Amino acid sequence: MSVILQTRGLSRSFSGLPAVHEVDFDLPQHEIRALIGPNGAGKTTFVSMLIGRLPPSSGSITFEGRDVTALPAPKRVGLGMAYTFQITSVFGKLTCHENVALAAMRRLGGDAKAVEAEVREALTRVGLADRAADVAGDLSYGHQRLLEIAMGLAQRPRLLILDEPTQGLAESEIADFKALIRALKAETTILLIEHNMSVVMELADRVTVLNFGEVLAEGTPQGIHASRAVQAAYLGTGTEEA
Amino acid sequence: MDFGPYLMLAMLEGAVLASVLALMASGLSLVFGVMRVVNVAHGEFYMLGAVMAWAVTSFIGGGPALAFIAAAILAPLLVGGLAAVADMVILKRLNYDPERTIVATIGLLYILQQATLMTYGADARPVVPPFNHRIALPWVEWGEGGLSFYFPWGLSTTSYKLFVIGAAVVLIAALRLFMTRSKAGLIMRATQLDGEMATAFGIPVERVYAAVFGVGAGLAALAGVLIVPIQQAHYLMGGDALLLSFIVVIIGGLGSLAGTIVAAVLIGMSDGIISVFFSPTLAKILATLAVALVLVFRPQGLFGGKGR
Amino acid sequence: MTARYYWGLHLGLIALLFAGHFVLPAYQHGNVARIMVLAVYAMGYNIAFGYTGLLSLGHAMFFGAGMYGMGLLSYHFDAGALPAMAAGIVAGVVLSLVVGLLALRTAGVSFMIVTLMFSQALAMTLVYFRDITRGDEGFVIPSATRRLWGMDLSDEAHRYLIAWALFSVVLIFTLWLVRHRWGRVFVALRENEERASLLGYDAFRTKLGALVISGTISALSGAAYALLFGYAGATFAGVQYSIFPLLWVLLGGAGTVLGPFVGALFMFYLIDLSSGVTDAYMLIAGVALVLLTLFLPHGLVGEVKRRLWRDLP
Ligand SMILES: Nc1ncnc2c1ncn2[C@@H]1O[C@H](COP(=O)(O)OP(=O)(O)O)[C@@H](O)[C@H]1O
Ligand SMILES: [Mg+2]
Repeated sequence: MSVILQTRGLSRSFSGLPAVHEVDFDLPQHEIRALIGPNGAGKTTFVSMLIGRLPPSSGSITFEGRDVTALPAPKRVGLGMAYTFQITSVFGKLTCHENVALAAMRRLGGDAKAVEAEVREALTRVGLADRAADVAGDLSYGHQRLLEIAMGLAQRPRLLILDEPTQGLAESEIADFKALIRALKAETTILLIEHNMSVVMELADRVTVLNFGEVLAEGTPQGIHASRAVQAAYLGTGTEEA
Repeated sequence: MDFGPYLMLAMLEGAVLASVLALMASGLSLVFGVMRVVNVAHGEFYMLGAVMAWAVTSFIGGGPALAFIAAAILAPLLVGGLAAVADMVILKRLNYDPERTIVATIGLLYILQQATLMTYGADARPVVPPFNHRIALPWVEWGEGGLSFYFPWGLSTTSYKLFVIGAAVVLIAALRLFMTRSKAGLIMRATQLDGEMATAFGIPVERVYAAVFGVGAGLAALAGVLIVPIQQAHYLMGGDALLLSFIVVIIGGLGSLAGTIVAAVLIGMSDGIISVFFSPTLAKILATLAVALVLVFRPQGLFGGKGR
Repeated sequence: MTARYYWGLHLGLIALLFAGHFVLPAYQHGNVARIMVLAVYAMGYNIAFGYTGLLSLGHAMFFGAGMYGMGLLSYHFDAGALPAMAAGIVAGVVLSLVVGLLALRTAGVSFMIVTLMFSQALAMTLVYFRDITRGDEGFVIPSATRRLWGMDLSDEAHRYLIAWALFSVVLIFTLWLVRHRWGRVFVALRENEERASLLGYDAFRTKLGALVISGTISALSGAAYALLFGYAGATFAGVQYSIFPLLWVLLGGAGTVLGPFVGALFMFYLIDLSSGVTDAYMLIAGVALVLLTLFLPHGLVGEVKRRLWRDLP
């Protein structure tokens, strides 16, 4: 399978302190990859560099064979990357419909009918179809998270980066989310930052573990789950068995 | 006059302008530094200072010196009080939102300016300086007999102008001491660093803001009082002063007191010199464009450290 | 669903103003003609400030560029109305492009000050080159320019109808623009620039586009104002004329198509009434600015939109 995204020596430090350090990362097409790691491990920083929110201190990013390291975020989105924020960042004063329409419009242009169809489909897939006319800022936190995901879907990206999408979702919503991501697998590649282990175990083809800004381990969900080093990183207690 | 003496005259005029500007811009910079708001009505506080100096000196008898001292005390107090009230009534309710505050202070600008027009009128009125000796200045020249002193015709200043320069130096030094040494100054700087933190430590941020806004306006008013024996009081005099203070504060780096003073000297001196040799309008056009470009390409100012 | 209603509302206003031509008494007829031209300025300002969130304090430079671009061609070369107007519009396009390329590197408070400074520089330049511009006094537009298709533009009836036509075109254009994809991206940038960038919209270019459209409409208004009312002067490029559109738009409602007209209408009459009483008529503007920011931040039409008619454009 061909690699859709690749990083080499990707690093970023904040005032001298490395948040991401020399990460080499390969993501094959149509894979669902989970990125896990304790709080502050550098996950958000890493994906922010992928999409172009943050410039890297050093290293390179290649997307579909093209070096995108110096490309501004909107251009990367134009190439087929999409990103949903960890801290919800919808257009609070606009309706759900308008939020998703903005996501769809860049690709579909002035074709109002196609935009309309895309908005309806994206909202339906996340279960917000009946909220289309609601103002995004008035939605519950969980629903705003779902709206973020709908905005990601409406872009029809070739690589969808989701930063902790299930945070704040109810159990039933998480179940729906799992189904949604499974269905997406045929269409796109997904990089998923996730804390919820059941989501990781059920969805991910492979898992990358980040710790102190470095790749600690990479493997199948089962392999990672069994790994001592990973457990140690999460528990922060040397080599004890969990 | 020869070029040399002429340049010296220009520099003296420039130094007077620089002094007044430094005082006024320090007020603007203080307000921006602590409260993070841009006070567009600052020029009107300067104008009010000048107008009140006229009012006080014309209603108090007892000779120009006494009247002037009274004006130098009363005008800044009254203007500062007015500004503090405006802060509590208007700016506080806007939560110091930067953009809304600018719009509101534009409103305040027109209110103060037009109210002055309605009461004080459209005339420019002079204030008698407390003292005003003409001081002829010597110039050195290489003559046949070596170095010689002489007093070129027209090269002179007045004792009052020298006083303005001295007063500004003393006042700014006092302001720096106040900000760095006194408890009130410390509180202001703490508030500047982190408003929420200051609240958590029990600093009455609202009162500090009102005080800072008042002190800032008071400094502008004091600048107005100092300038009015040289330049008459007029209800529209705030506009140019505001523009110049903006220029100074931006070049000096928004909110940096030391940078502001360096910039005031630079701008005041060069404005003085340029406008003696060239058209003052051209000088202002160039300075304004230069400042806009400084903000575009070096928002931290020419003398500021790292970026915002 | 409501598209029919708001087209009705906006076209209704246009029809009402057309009817005004036949029923308004002479004095009001002249006022409304002036208000319509100024409302064009306000609508231009609103595209930058109301829809895109670019709070400029220097739009008078665009108004002035249009006025002087038009006026100088007429004054020095006796150009006809159409070439002179074209010169005004070109001046607006060029100036807004240059200013945008520079000023849009800043945001927020810096953007306000940079636009203010550029505008001040232009106003002072107009005064400085008095040989060309007649300085503070300004100049009267020669009557050779004030003719169009056989109409005498100093005639009040013609003046009103041209102002009305201009107003109608710009109103309909605005209504179209803000419902178009571009207008919606403007709003997205105003609401959350980072989010919009990460949906693939180039923030700088979009804002530049908005500023050029806004500056060009403002220039169009400045050019038309000089053409119809026969005078160009440096005060029209001064700070006061940068504050006016802000005031009108705030009063009427930023980010609404009708707001600029409503704001210009109210403010014009407020100032007109008070200037009968005192020279200090700008006092009203000052008080209005303070009260609006304190108590009516959404403006008149904005309040209607907020409470009654959410998807009013
Ligand atoms: N904008 C920033 N400025 C300074 N430090 C930051 C910034 N963003 C993240 N960091 C630091 O980088 C490290 C990684 O953070 P982050 O990528 O958010 O971790 P994660 O998403 O894995 O929880 C943390 O130590 C955090 O404090
Ligand atoms: Mg994170």
